[in-house]
Amino acid sequence: MISVYYFGAIALILVGLYAILVKKNLLKVLIGLSIMETGVNLLLISVGYVSGRSAPILSEGIGPNQAVDPIPQALVLTAIVIGVATTAMALSVAMLIYEKYGTLNIEEIRRLRG
Amino acid sequence: MLKRALAIILLLIVGYWLAQGLAGVPFGQDKMLVGQYYLDNVKQQTGAVNAVTAVVVNYRGFDTLGEVTVLFIASTGVGALLWRKKKKRSAKTEGSIVLTTGTRLLVPFVMLFGAYIFIHGHLTPGGGFPGGATIATAFLLLYLAFITYEIPHKSFEKTEGLAGMGYVLVGLIGLAIGGYFLFDWIWQTWNFGTENVGRLLSGGFIPIIYTIIGLKVGTELSGIIDNMLKEEVSE
Repeated sequence: MISVYYFGAIALILVGLYAILVKKNLLKVLIGLSIMETGVNLLLISVGYVSGRSAPILSEGIGPNQAVDPIPQALVLTAIVIGVATTAMALSVAMLIYEKYGTLNIEEIRRLRG
Repeated sequence: MLKRALAIILLLIVGYWLAQGLAGVPFGQDKMLVGQYYLDNVKQQTGAVNAVTAVVVNYRGFDTLGEVTVLFIASTGVGALLWRKKKKRSAKTEGSIVLTTGTRLLVPFVMLFGAYIFIHGHLTPGGGFPGGATIATAFLLLYLAFITYEIPHKSFEKTEGLAGMGYVLVGLIGLAIGGYFLFDWIWQTWNFGTENVGRLLSGGFIPIIYTIIGLKVGTELSGIIDNMLKEEVSE
């Protein structure tokens, strides 16, 4: 049976995918991309969850057997940074497109200009 | 309308497929092998209490170097895409009195909090990347409140370059002492901090590397903000 956390992650991924497929404004497409990214991050985090255990910070009362898997969290840390980098790149390309075409509507941008 | 209907059908197919694939993955069960090894040995091998930090910086330090490089390339790419000969801030509305006063009050504390996050990376949740991002938000606040504010570019670029070189230098010192790149020389050979695991002065070279990463990420994200907020001056 599928867990509620997986369900939430899949729902976020689908919401982001819908925005990418249907929306015409470039900024909304980028927002959809980052929603999708959040969904994937949530999915990875929830794969590493072990029920009844706490965060992998081995302070008082939390031994190696009471902590969740640290590897998915480390992976997601990397993924978030890469996501920020790609979002920054995409936003600057969107700024350039707006300067050149005067619009962010992807259907109008499709007409190439010399 | 047809496009939307097609999109929703596609979403249903993809969602069903994802749910089918994930239904077999057990949720909330212990299924780790490498993770258990890390958790068992993290205190003896790295001195860090926060296992995530130890995995990111110590066990997978080379990956983190690549990650920092990706961020650096992205920052350079934003700079290259938005490059103009003459750029200035073209903002016209001054921030309201609430925003300017609040910024004057809050900026030192936001920066202090960012520094806290990356210095305590081996003890509490956090580390160089969130700490650096917090510091960049302080600069964003300054940009929002004061229309003529600019970051000191010269010193920021120097800090960024020196931080990047510092990371490689720490790794190379490890190569010289221990025989492989990013060897934890402070912890493994000097045994510095072995008697007070869980205090600030422990964790081997993790605090040093996270300070370097925090400075680098902070300056890079501030540079990205600066590049995006400036526009070409028409003369």
